[in-house]
Amino acid sequence: MKRIVYREWRLAPQRYWGLLALLAVIAGMGGLAFWYMEHQGHWVTGMTNEIVWGTPHLFAIFLIVAASGALNIASIGTVFGKTTYQPLGRFSGLLAVALLVGGLLVLVLDLGRPDRLIVAMTSYNFRSIFAWNVLLYTGFMAIVIAYLVTMMERRLKGYYKAAGTLAFTWRLLLTTGTGSIFGFIVARQAYDTAVLAPMFIVMSFLYGLAVFILVLMFACAQDGRPIGPYLLKRLKGLMAIFIAGVLLFILIYFLTKLYGAKNYDLVNYYLVSGGRYTLAFWFGWVILGLLAPYGIIMHPALGQDPKWIAGASALVIFGGLASLYVIVIGGQAFPMTLFPDKTILESGFHDGVGGQISAYAPSLPEVLLGLGGVAVALLITAVGVRVLQFLPESLADKDIDPHAAVKA
Amino acid sequence: MKNPSDMKNSSAVIDEGRRGFMRTAAGVATVTLAPGVLLHTLAHAGSPGQGGGVPRAEPVTDAVRYGMLIDTTRCAEGCTACVSACNRENGLDLQEMPTGADPALWDRQESRWIRKVKVQDNLTGHVSNLPLMCQHCEHPPCVDVCPTGASFKRADGIVMVDRHLCIGCRYCMMACPYKARSFIHANVEEKLTLAPRGKGCVESCNLCVHRRDHGQPSTACADACAAEGHHAILFGDLKDPASPLSQALAKLPSRQLRENLALNTGVRYSGV
Ligand code: SF4
Ligand code: SF4
Repeated sequence: MKRIVYREWRLAPQRYWGLLALLAVIAGMGGLAFWYMEHQGHWVTGMTNEIVWGTPHLFAIFLIVAASGALNIASIGTVFGKTTYQPLGRFSGLLAVALLVGGLLVLVLDLGRPDRLIVAMTSYNFRSIFAWNVLLYTGFMAIVIAYLVTMMERRLKGYYKAAGTLAFTWRLLLTTGTGSIFGFIVARQAYDTAVLAPMFIVMSFLYGLAVFILVLMFACAQDGRPIGPYLLKRLKGLMAIFIAGVLLFILIYFLTKLYGAKNYDLVNYYLVSGGRYTLAFWFGWVILGLLAPYGIIMHPALGQDPKWIAGASALVIFGGLASLYVIVIGGQAFPMTLFPDKTILESGFHDGVGGQISAYAPSLPEVLLGLGGVAVALLITAVGVRVLQFLPESLADKDIDPHAAVKA
Repeated sequence: MKNPSDMKNSSAVIDEGRRGFMRTAAGVATVTLAPGVLLHTLAHAGSPGQGGGVPRAEPVTDAVRYGMLIDTTRCAEGCTACVSACNRENGLDLQEMPTGADPALWDRQESRWIRKVKVQDNLTGHVSNLPLMCQHCEHPPCVDVCPTGASFKRADGIVMVDRHLCIGCRYCMMACPYKARSFIHANVEEKLTLAPRGKGCVESCNLCVHRRDHGQPSTACADACAAEGHHAILFGDLKDPASPLSQALAKLPSRQLRENLALNTGVRYSGV
């Protein structure tokens, strides 16, 4: 096998600094939005006592889920010994850490008392899956950084496989933890199911991969590094499998909910009568976010074109945000069954009178905070590839896997 | 997971610290009043020397478990005496809509500890009215999920939030099966020492814990309901077989709301 040469990102300075400036401005707007919400209180957001987690959570969870998924490429190379993916390991690790930092930042900055972060770090309730998640996130960061070091430092090569296996195991735990945040909520009909944990794992595979493909293609295109057709074919093949996986889990979710009559109304809400949540489910998540990219990837002509593959990845990301909108916000908006077999006629606290869905309209600062987190993740990636050797000089098939060149 | 002796221990430990804090807070209240703290509220909260009993000197024990019975057949349609009494008692009426806020949105953001609900049975058409507040679960999901331990259960069964530990993550609000909790969405200018509400934290009904700690017999909502002549809310000790609450529970058929969740709530309902 040929030796892979890694090189710092070589963009013309104006271009590079221009990109950084753009990202910094978006991140800065997120910072301002945070300052405004923190100063005023959450009344300036669309969040209420019914919809307690809003748009920031949607972005934060997307980024966190995508972070663990972005690490998959490295894992496939290390743990499953697929040499084609090994040259991408470093970049995959970098992106994973960057996405996690962005996601956690949004999560923390949306707290009612972000100034008490130290309390969250020092006072633990070990019965809380949330507290476990704090440990899982910090652990993930440390392990992936260690894993990156074993990739980049030849003297530590001996630990490469072990670090990779640990990181892979940890990322599975991490996404299980994220899914369980919802899965453990017995109070709300849309959550309360163990299926959410594995479903989040498959979603993380897909969303992380889509972000990875898109950022990789952008990074390589910027300084003219080739990506071989065989590698691209492998990546999009993985994406197709994960899309099928998510579709399967959507099906399993609804089947478990249909088991026993008590959730018919919930299924009906998501699939038929839920207004904007039904629209987001069908058009945002299923059609645009899953079926359309699947169609593109599988199309004999379009599926060969890198531009269309990038487009399919972008659609998957859009669908990912839609899916979290449906799960996080739609799940809360569905009226809680306070009184089974009874209809609430009046309430002094908006308890879904007459089966009404809770209202929620995202506010600008919430969206800006979420986008700020995305910008921070990309900023870290952009600085990372510029100052350290994360990206191979060439991802042409002949350079990374001589076999592959023949097969392609 | 749900080992009861475990739970007892942990709540006892938490309560140690809590007790210290409460005593200091009560001390502060009677000596110096922070700006914005209203004096008259101390009076009607029954502070020491106002005929409202003496501050608790002993640690909270699990020899008692506070709870309620709500007789929905007595709860009058359109009456909101319990809600107004709670709002006044706990300073919820001091919340002000921030300038520039959308009233419809603010209506969903303002903190409320108790609300009136009117429900109709889908089959029989029977209509009931009832007050709904924190049910003071024996196995409270809000306590289980809270990452910092801010949401806690006292040895006497009262579930509440330690406002010094709460980071405002709202996970407890996601987890509460009764939507009993509120997040403080805006700055609160005026507040009571007994309910020091601060922006960014979560709160809910605490069974007038300040009254418990001053040895008073009842809660603001139960008193107000009785004053209206309805007597729909009965407060008391679930563990004392001689208490009026236990006796009423023994006589009347009652149930927990969402009993399928097996939370063993401290608030029980009859007639619904
Ligand atoms: S009713 Fe809600 S807030 Fe009260 S103890 Fe139960 S879970 Fe906690
Ligand atoms: S909002 Fe406060 S009390 Fe509720 S779970 Fe978070 S830290 Fe605990």
